[in-house]
Amino acid sequence: MKKTVILGALTVAGLAAGAAAAATLDDVKARGKLNCGVTTGVPGFAEPDANGVWQGFDVAVCRAVAAAVLGDSTAVEFVPTTGKTRFTALASGEIDMLARNTTWTFSRDVDLKFEFTGVNYYDGQGFMVPAALGVSSAKELDGATVCIQTGTTTELNLADFFRSNGISYEPVPIETGSEAVQLFLAGSCDVYTTDASALAAQRANFPSPGDYVVLPEIVSKEPLGPLVRHGDNEWGDIVRWTLNALITAEELGVTSDNIGELSAGSSNPEVNRLLGSEGTLGEMLGLDAEWAKRAIMAGGNYGEVFATNIGVDTNIGLARGLNAQWTDGGLIYSPPFR
Amino acid sequence: MAMDQSNVAFVRTEMLPEQAPPASEQGIIKWVRVNLFDGWLNSILTLLALYFIYKILAGFLPWATGGVWNTSSLAECREVLQDTAGGCFSVLTERWNQLLFGFKYPVDQYWRLILAVPLLAVALMPIMFVNHMVQAGRVVAGAMVIIAVLSLIGGAMGLAAIFIITAVAVGYLSMRAQSDAAGARSMMLIFTMLYPFLAFWLIWGGTIFNSIVALAGFGVGYIAFSRMQERGFTIGALSAVVAAIVTWFIGGFISDALAGVLALEPVPSRDLGGYVLNFILGVVCVSLSLPIGIALALGRQSDMPIIKFICVIFIEFVRGVPLITLLFVANVVLAYFLPPGTNFDLILRVIIMITLFSSAYIAEVIRGGLAALPRGQYEAGDSLGLDYAQSMRLVILPQALKISIPGIVNVAVGLFKDTTLVSVISMFDLVGMIRGPIGSSTEWNGVYWELWIFAVFVFFVVCYGISQYSQWLERQLATGHR
Amino acid sequence: MATLSDPPRESFQLSMLLNDTRYRSYTFQFIALFILIAAMAYLGWNLVQNLAAAGLNISYQFLGEPAGYDINQRLIEYTSQSTHWRASVVGVLNTLLVAIVGCFFATVIGVIVGVLRLSNNWIVRQLMSVYVEIFRNVPVLIWILIVMAVFVSVLPQPRDFRGDDPAASMFLDLFAFTGRGFYLPGPQFSAGFAANGVGWLIIIGLLIASFFSARALSNWATKTQEATGDRPVTWYYTLAIWFVPLILACIVMGLNWDIPALKGFNFQGGIFARNSLIALTLALAIYTAAFIAENVRAGILAISKGQTEAAASLGLRPGRTMSLVILPQALRVIIPPLISQYLNLTKNSSLAIAVGYMDLTGTLGGITLNQTGRAIESVLLLMLFYLTISLSISFIMNIYNNSVKLKER
Repeated sequence: MKKTVILGALTVAGLAAGAAAAATLDDVKARGKLNCGVTTGVPGFAEPDANGVWQGFDVAVCRAVAAAVLGDSTAVEFVPTTGKTRFTALASGEIDMLARNTTWTFSRDVDLKFEFTGVNYYDGQGFMVPAALGVSSAKELDGATVCIQTGTTTELNLADFFRSNGISYEPVPIETGSEAVQLFLAGSCDVYTTDASALAAQRANFPSPGDYVVLPEIVSKEPLGPLVRHGDNEWGDIVRWTLNALITAEELGVTSDNIGELSAGSSNPEVNRLLGSEGTLGEMLGLDAEWAKRAIMAGGNYGEVFATNIGVDTNIGLARGLNAQWTDGGLIYSPPFR
Repeated sequence: MAMDQSNVAFVRTEMLPEQAPPASEQGIIKWVRVNLFDGWLNSILTLLALYFIYKILAGFLPWATGGVWNTSSLAECREVLQDTAGGCFSVLTERWNQLLFGFKYPVDQYWRLILAVPLLAVALMPIMFVNHMVQAGRVVAGAMVIIAVLSLIGGAMGLAAIFIITAVAVGYLSMRAQSDAAGARSMMLIFTMLYPFLAFWLIWGGTIFNSIVALAGFGVGYIAFSRMQERGFTIGALSAVVAAIVTWFIGGFISDALAGVLALEPVPSRDLGGYVLNFILGVVCVSLSLPIGIALALGRQSDMPIIKFICVIFIEFVRGVPLITLLFVANVVLAYFLPPGTNFDLILRVIIMITLFSSAYIAEVIRGGLAALPRGQYEAGDSLGLDYAQSMRLVILPQALKISIPGIVNVAVGLFKDTTLVSVISMFDLVGMIRGPIGSSTEWNGVYWELWIFAVFVFFVVCYGISQYSQWLERQLATGHR
Repeated sequence: MATLSDPPRESFQLSMLLNDTRYRSYTFQFIALFILIAAMAYLGWNLVQNLAAAGLNISYQFLGEPAGYDINQRLIEYTSQSTHWRASVVGVLNTLLVAIVGCFFATVIGVIVGVLRLSNNWIVRQLMSVYVEIFRNVPVLIWILIVMAVFVSVLPQPRDFRGDDPAASMFLDLFAFTGRGFYLPGPQFSAGFAANGVGWLIIIGLLIASFFSARALSNWATKTQEATGDRPVTWYYTLAIWFVPLILACIVMGLNWDIPALKGFNFQGGIFARNSLIALTLALAIYTAAFIAENVRAGILAISKGQTEAAASLGLRPGRTMSLVILPQALRVIIPPLISQYLNLTKNSSLAIAVGYMDLTGTLGGITLNQTGRAIESVLLLMLFYLTISLSISFIMNIYNNSVKLKER
């Protein structure tokens, strides 16, 4: 008797909690904070500054979502995750979304049951070597010792690249990027490999960046983007279209400077739909009409976010390249807002 | 007569004065000969050892004494050093706060952590130095005065004030202990009981009512226990648990309502870091694992097969796997076993796993203590008509725990050392800070020795101190049996 | 038939479950079992819920899929196309390698230090105490990282050996001590039939044969001694038994040395002991040796002086006193804690992950877990492995303890 009562209570509690877990949007609103998973620190992408405030390109996505959903771009709880913990943290509901330069791959999307909501940075794996080695192509690296950060797609790409070129190498797997860089600088490895963007970011912090060269080969496609759990499509839509709003804003010339006057109404109907002065796009998402406006105002449009965090004028110094708008010959392309 | 006298053989009537022993058999020369050059093998060993010490000192002393303490980056430090053999200790001064407190704890709230440490010393005094309160009080007060003076010299007024006030309080109590040892001790024991709640409030912030409610739960539980105790230990314990849970449940509303009252700035636990994190993990986990360990040990000794079986499985399982795998569980697996939608932060999960880990080891130590007690003690308890709970509480455990103390201290030291493992699961304790934010920062990339020797030093001081204390305690306790 | 002393029979009452010691233990056990089952059910239910919500399932299929990553140190054949299972096996072997080599060195260092701590040489005694105290009281993780830091920051890197005026040179032109590890000359056999490890099998076979021959010789000497009272001098026979076949075999199989040389990015040839392997083994060995030294010291001190004197009064020489009287007794005290130190060392070897050594925690609990995202399965398997090792060692220890237990009558 007693036993069945308790078990029954547990069942009810479990079901109630299970039902609640499905509606991430309600959870976030009830909590008043967005739990966003980021890296433990990659310069330019996600890093706490001297005051402990998180800054960076991935961080800006979290802030935009928080602004769209909660109306406050600071209502974000940043949860640092490692390569090992990020998927568990997302799957278990510890975080609502993961914006941690995570590569969109088949198995992560399908087997691990996550939903990538877009690509905010097109990256590729590159190699960095000391200039003194005199190496000009990754194909000359036969027998080299290669430092890799584990827990990424990097080590798989690396194995594929060397195997397909029929050359050998000596992998040195290191848990954190910073330790891998230390080993590389001390000369314990000949090559350091990771995403080209991170290579550039880390090289910028080297004592003498000129002594190291990034080899021309890009050996993999690394579309990096935010992801959410499978199954909660409403929430996935919000994250996806917040990112798209940033991208569209750049395409349409909506910036954090002129957004005030544009939101009053403009001649471009798509701008009006985006900013909520026309149509009911916000309502369809389960948000109010000004969601996209707030998202854009949080850190500017895609181009502005790029420029402030990792653009050529920062000390990371990344060119737009593949990440230019499609109108400029890049891959950044948002479906239309209608 | 004179002839006769001269014929008598010489008989000495007084002793000859003692002669000094030969030079080679006395003083320092004898000591050196016996202790250092006794045979060729020993001589070789001595020379080797001397050479080794010379090499170490020749390398270490110039490095330690010629160090630089006030630059802001490695490059700058190397410039100042100009190829002389000195250490760049400025990494310690420049990153001092990060080494101790991590990089996320709000800087203007450091005083809370600093306050928690001397108070811990005060709280531990009545437990650690039962019969030596006066002396211990003097030492603690003296140490705090020294720290206060040092921080005054360093310009940290607030810090100095904290330590001065604690020193005065401790000094006063130890004075009182001189005349009224029991009274002073019970006063301090009250403080010891309050300390965990106080420390929680200091470290994590929030309203003090969180701590008060937690304390009230224990208080109500105790009252319920003492009321119901005469109806049997089990009923007493059960009603205590129920009363405590009810109090916490109701109190939860109160502390929610008073969230802003007497509130310190709340600090999420993922912002804890540095050596303080090692300290918190060590102290919290050891304290929590003691009661669990005792329960497990009693369970393993029990003659109820099911309970014994459960305890044996648990203990052997936990002792059979490395701590790091348990931390992986805390990090990546535990979340799957919690109700959907709930989650508590990493540090709490880690505390749970480390506590389970150390409770298994403590259980084995206490089991040793229980087994070492003569059978007669158990029988004596029974023959007095005490029930199980009473005979354990009044007869067996006090003796068994006393025997187990050195073993428990060993487990505690080992556990404190093992708290560094959390750096592997991306928590920024002292080792994590050195491996991560400090070691890889642009300014200090390439500094190894200064940081690692600092880490060795701080761990050595604490662990060696505790093990010396344990040996001292063992001697203290041993005299009781003679 | 009831006797007078029988207690009056009471009918069973519900309160007896709590108050009567005869029944109370059943109540308690039932409650404990109930709580345990309820807790298990609760956790299991949560797990099912969470997995269902995430659309996952528990499956070990991933072990059969290609791992896709390379492992730098492998004792068996392994490529990036091998399965995750094989990667785990490589990890297991690497764990065992570190554990065995580490235990060996820890024992050697520990015994030497333990004996030296009892030396009558004051300075040596003090030095050894300092060693023991410093290493015991600092976390092993710090020691591992420090030894690794020595490799990275102190030893020269291969690039320092390059150029016309290299900053570093090989020791005796045979050994290269670099920050990436030690390159040592490796023996190899030029004779055709000794290729592919056959040569090594022959050598091992010879050593085993020599061992048994030497034992037979020593047994014969003991028998002769018992019969005649004189022990025949046999040491040169023993030497010959050990070395003559070995040297002959080496000559026949054409032993030569493969000397490492700088080619391309790294030294090539010879034996390569990787920095992570050395750092891990060395740090574990010196850390554990500090504990073993204490055990050894305690073991020797536990033997009373009277034993030595008794042996002397029987006319035993000091060497025989040690081997026949002191050691057998001291070992009984030393071995149990020694084994548990071995166990600790094996468990501590899981810290390999801090220096990038690919033991089981690095392969199954590291990259495989990261790549497949199968956290529960991987961690469970990882724990099972360590549990198996621990339990087997405990089992062996129990057998040993029973066999050496003092037979008291």
